[in-house]
Amino acid sequence: MGSIARIEVTNGNPVAALQGFCARLLADGEISAVLAPRLLPAGGGTMPALVADPEQLRDVAPLAPSFRLNAARMLTRLTRGADDGGLVAALLRPCEVRAFIELCKLNQGSLENALLISLDCPGAFTNADSGRFAGNRGDTASLLGFLRAGGRGSFDGVEVARACRTCEHPTGAEADLTIGLFGQDPEKGLLLMANTPRGEGFMTRLDLPEATDDGSRDKALEELLAERRAAQEQMFAETTAATSDMTRLSQFLSACVNCYNCRAACPVCYCKECVFLTDVFDHKPWQYLSWARQRGAIKMPTDTVFFHLTRLAHMSTACVGCGQCSNACPNDVPVMELFKTIAASTQKAFEYEAGRDPGEAPPLSVFREHEFAELTGGVD
Amino acid sequence: MEELNIAPQTQSEPVPGAAFEPAIVAFVCNWCTYTAADLAGTSRMVQSPNVRLVRMMCTGMVDPKYIIKALLGGADAVLISGCHPGDCHYINGNYKARRRVKLLMEILPRFGIDGRRIKLTWVGASEGNEFAATVNRFAAEIKELGPIDTRRLPLL
Repeated sequence: MGSIARIEVTNGNPVAALQGFCARLLADGEISAVLAPRLLPAGGGTMPALVADPEQLRDVAPLAPSFRLNAARMLTRLTRGADDGGLVAALLRPCEVRAFIELCKLNQGSLENALLISLDCPGAFTNADSGRFAGNRGDTASLLGFLRAGGRGSFDGVEVARACRTCEHPTGAEADLTIGLFGQDPEKGLLLMANTPRGEGFMTRLDLPEATDDGSRDKALEELLAERRAAQEQMFAETTAATSDMTRLSQFLSACVNCYNCRAACPVCYCKECVFLTDVFDHKPWQYLSWARQRGAIKMPTDTVFFHLTRLAHMSTACVGCGQCSNACPNDVPVMELFKTIAASTQKAFEYEAGRDPGEAPPLSVFREHEFAELTGGVD
Repeated sequence: MEELNIAPQTQSEPVPGAAFEPAIVAFVCNWCTYTAADLAGTSRMVQSPNVRLVRMMCTGMVDPKYIIKALLGGADAVLISGCHPGDCHYINGNYKARRRVKLLMEILPRFGIDGRRIKLTWVGASEGNEFAATVNRFAAEIKELGPIDTRRLPLL
């Protein structure tokens, strides 16, 4: 483990270099198909595509800062159950890798059936902004500028999503292979790093030129992390202050229309049927009238704060902070801010980090005989 | 249809001068705490009348949303009480309950819900006296704390 190779870039076009890399993967007998982001014909960014024919790699755009959905869910569909379809190589953002690891722990997919390839992630634009950035419409010069800036600043009038600006996991070291962008000149060459024995095996077979670690990637990463951690601290402080009591929390969520898009877009909310969509919440008229009489008035639809608090309880320990909840919200409720803030403390409480290690059991699926004695007055 | 009235029907504001009577929802295990409550009752132990028991087959089936719903619906406090560690009828449900309570203790106090409003206790089937004492102590604590503000929250 720990080998580094170089992906040569010719004609100053790293996208073509990565398409070539995907073609080499497809040529390997063990890989059946490549799951990678592909440019949408209408120019609104990318969507994941499962590519089996090397000819179809021409629109694959792994570097485009477009993140229409978290592909971890898609990959679970491709890896679920027995290994009968062959290995899928998946080019994923680090948060997609971590979400996929969480889903595998919840028996939704299988790490065995996927070769996970992550890319150093400068961030991505929200779905609303995605099409405004020229680099998401196939413009290589804009894309190179974006990559060189590490996603910092404004591009064609838009900034990357706040979830990305506050992300402290931009490298995807949990994947089998990582494509290194940070600190590299994207017009000259990219790095390929192996993190697992499987990744190591593929690296050897791909027969890429060896590279040495000159520290430039670590240095660029450190700088980026310092900025992102500061932005994260600020976001946590703002969100904590804006939700410090139930009145403030209900105001924070007041634009919510109970569409549950955040739940649908969330990669780790994996229940086939959410309890909030069942008959349990199909209240009878007398129930609403009774609540209205008790309180004088009730907001319709009801159960908004209840829904978000329950989702926090059910999945904040698995939250990878990808920001798709906010991306999917039709009314700009700052869902990501709330979830990321609370997830930081719930994960810390169980000394857990979502997606960090496939061997780490989800905190609510296990227990220790002696723990948290403070909850029961010292009696455990 | 029966209506479960937790909040007072006629007045949302407490009567000035009148003592605050908290509503406490208790999720109790059929095998231990519920049996203890039964014992406390049949032994005619004096218990605070502020607690509404919900009999569960195990504290391990108390989903966090039950506790959240109770607190949002106007319960001033929630008690979850099950078997002593090692005594669970279903081997380990009480340990799972403990993790879920721990989880809620990380979430709800951040939104201004006092952590003292959520209590987890272990009360065995033979501990009727312990049940009565737990209930009386808890009701006194919540009287001290005052009513929960979700009762008057216009947006939920």
